Amino acid sequence: MPIQIKRHLIILAILIAAFVVFQQLMIPESFGELGHYRANSLEDNELFDIHYAGQESCYECHEDISDLKEMDLHYDLSCETCHGPGTDHNLSPDSVELFIPDDRNFCGLCHAKNTARNEDAVFQIELKEHNPDKNCTYCHNPHAPWELRNQDPQEENF
Amino acid sequence: MENHYDHLQEMLTRVDGFIYPNEIELHWGILVVVYPYVTGLVAGAFILASLERVFNVKVLKPTYHIALLTALAFLLTATLPLVSHLSQPGRAFQIMVTPNPNSAMAIFGFVYLWYLMVVLLLEIWFDYRRDIVIWSREKKGLLKWVYKIMTIGIFDLSPKSIEWDKKIGYFITVVGIPSAFLLHGYVGFIFGSVKANPWWSSVLMPVIFLFSAMVSGIALVMLVYMIVSFIRRVKIDMKVLDTIAKYLFYILIIDFSLEALDQIHRIYEAEESFEIISLLVSGKLSITLGLIQLFLGTLIPLFALGLFQLYKPANRIRKWVYFIVGFLVLIGIFFMRWNVVIGGQLFSKSFYGFTSFKLQLIGSEGLWMAILWMVVPVLILAFLLWLLPPWKRVPE
Amino acid sequence: MGIKKSRPSRREFLKSASALTGVAVATFIGAPFNGVVIASEPAGAKGPWYGYGIDIEKCIGCGRCANACKNENNVPQKPYYFRTWIEQYTIKNDGSIHIESPNGGVDGFEQKIPEEEIFKSFFVPKMCNHCHKSPCVQVCPVGATYDSPEGVVLIDDSYCIGCRYCVQACPYGCRYIHPEKKVVDKCSLCYHRIKKGMNPACVEVCPTNARIFGDLRDKEGPLVEFLRTHTCQVLKPHLNTGSKLYYNALSAEVR
Repeated sequence: MPIQIKRHLIILAILIAAFVVFQQLMIPESFGELGHYRANSLEDNELFDIHYAGQESCYECHEDISDLKEMDLHYDLSCETCHGPGTDHNLSPDSVELFIPDDRNFCGLCHAKNTARNEDAVFQIELKEHNPDKNCTYCHNPHAPWELRNQDPQEENF
Repeated sequence: MENHYDHLQEMLTRVDGFIYPNEIELHWGILVVVYPYVTGLVAGAFILASLERVFNVKVLKPTYHIALLTALAFLLTATLPLVSHLSQPGRAFQIMVTPNPNSAMAIFGFVYLWYLMVVLLLEIWFDYRRDIVIWSREKKGLLKWVYKIMTIGIFDLSPKSIEWDKKIGYFITVVGIPSAFLLHGYVGFIFGSVKANPWWSSVLMPVIFLFSAMVSGIALVMLVYMIVSFIRRVKIDMKVLDTIAKYLFYILIIDFSLEALDQIHRIYEAEESFEIISLLVSGKLSITLGLIQLFLGTLIPLFALGLFQLYKPANRIRKWVYFIVGFLVLIGIFFMRWNVVIGGQLFSKSFYGFTSFKLQLIGSEGLWMAILWMVVPVLILAFLLWLLPPWKRVPE
Repeated sequence: MGIKKSRPSRREFLKSASALTGVAVATFIGAPFNGVVIASEPAGAKGPWYGYGIDIEKCIGCGRCANACKNENNVPQKPYYFRTWIEQYTIKNDGSIHIESPNGGVDGFEQKIPEEEIFKSFFVPKMCNHCHKSPCVQVCPVGATYDSPEGVVLIDDSYCIGCRYCVQACPYGCRYIHPEKKVVDKCSLCYHRIKKGMNPACVEVCPTNARIFGDLRDKEGPLVEFLRTHTCQVLKPHLNTGSKLYYNALSAEVR
């Protein structure tokens, strides 16, 4: 074999060896244990913070609301659907207050008339025609919407 | 970051019809156009060089080394547009460390290394070995040492040894041809295998990429040969130009036929995506595809080169026409890549609307970066031509 | 899975057939036996295998899911990035189709086309399909996105190189590049929640139970029940992605 080939083969062998060593050193821990990925990445994905605590956790303190909701059509509605993520509030109930929607348009997200909304799925009203000058909560208790009232909502606690 | 949001804000106002909300950002920009363009130039230039050696086209001798060095210069930077468009360029090495065997893109690193280290560098080394040894004896100073290192310690210039160089060089060229096909056919596969995108997904894509690569590489070598001759103030060998132009003509015909076949097939099958694609071609791509790629980049060169097969005007006219044709072909193929890469992202995968592309100047996806990766290989080529001048090789 | 309860014997037959003739052939023969277009379960695996159902008839387009998803998963509030979003399809009497998804539906929908012009209209929530034969997992060059043993397609933030090939490969437009993390991002099926026995945030807040999360191996579970009692379809079935996102009442216009 001529020296050219010999020498290049040696260089090639060194390069390949260097590459293999580099590769083995750089393969991250747990790679390939479960598939072509870092198995530890599963744990990383598990470690993200939870923001929506789930309504069972709300009822631990707000049993009254739970009872109220049970009575009416919003019984199945998760607290956080309207009030937003509650984990922070659970951790420090005094300092973190949750969002309390009191805007007609917020109720309208679900209840405004829309042809795409199945009539069986949700009660719908024309926002512009249905008592346009009043807040929804003036008449409806959001936790029990068919418990109609006529008082000023500020007076009643719900 | 704010710039990015402003850009997306503007893109949002330019949406036609309906697109998925995540599609406002166009993910592969001009750098991903440059990448297949540059790899194509490499493959094309190499195949032209191989023509001379393997198929024994003696006329092309003066362009043989130019073609090889051109291929090397562009290959050295071929990965850089890709790496610089990554969101995490620092992690690029992972593609070699844990390549996903199912991913078309992952194998690129290995195809690239094979082609660079085993094919091109070795072929050039065996071709120049005798000259490098002689230059390492003649030159002075730093250059002497550069050549010395390049000999990797082999100074044997016996006839037997030189004979081996030729044999091995020939063997590498033979291996190199399928490798060049692999390199660029494979780049086509990266796009052709995306079933989510009907503009890309086509079995013909690798073949089209390959032939358009040959077209662009041959045109580039033709231009480099003319420019180098001009700078060196030597007379251009018209036989060389005519021969290169003849090959360019034939391969351009194949390339054109393949692309036409692809489009005719699309039109005739008229699948689910047909409406949106015809809107794309007649609308957003009408200039880059219809005018630049098809008319300027394909039909005019085909007509001019075809005419010269039948009738040969004076050398001076032919020279100029070849120069213009080479230039047009290079631009045409660049926009062929553009139409594939950018065009494929302009329509929504819902097939209900279009987004648009606005070229940004700065940033890792900007025009300046793209120009950088087109200029650097030209500088490298100039350096290589100075370090390994084909015209100063010592006659045997 | 999705096979009507009266057919367990065929399923048993399939299992033995696959042992004899090889999985590929069995999957092929097995296709007509599936009640819905459904991904073939990976052989020999244990534990839950998650899927997702969406009942288009129940969706009212309130956008609480898209809103909750952004809050839960720190998705940028800008209108270019969504792990889940809602599209409203409106087919007018003249046959034209209007589709919109203003801010992904996070702020809800307003009816702009008068009712008398509308032939039909409906909402379609979209999200990652958690495909069993994911095109995105197939193309990832480094193994930074993968199909977890539970059938959830996840991303390894610390390993993604940001090449965006997966964004191109996803037929459903579910992926985006997170502008702060500089890696790809998409629905994780709230992996951090479901591993703790909770529902994904979008399921938690959905007021009409239009979203159903469940284990496809749990034959008594809510998802399998949903698949059994509804005529379900997946998006772009011709692409054979093995999508595990099943829609009830999916109209042909939806892509």
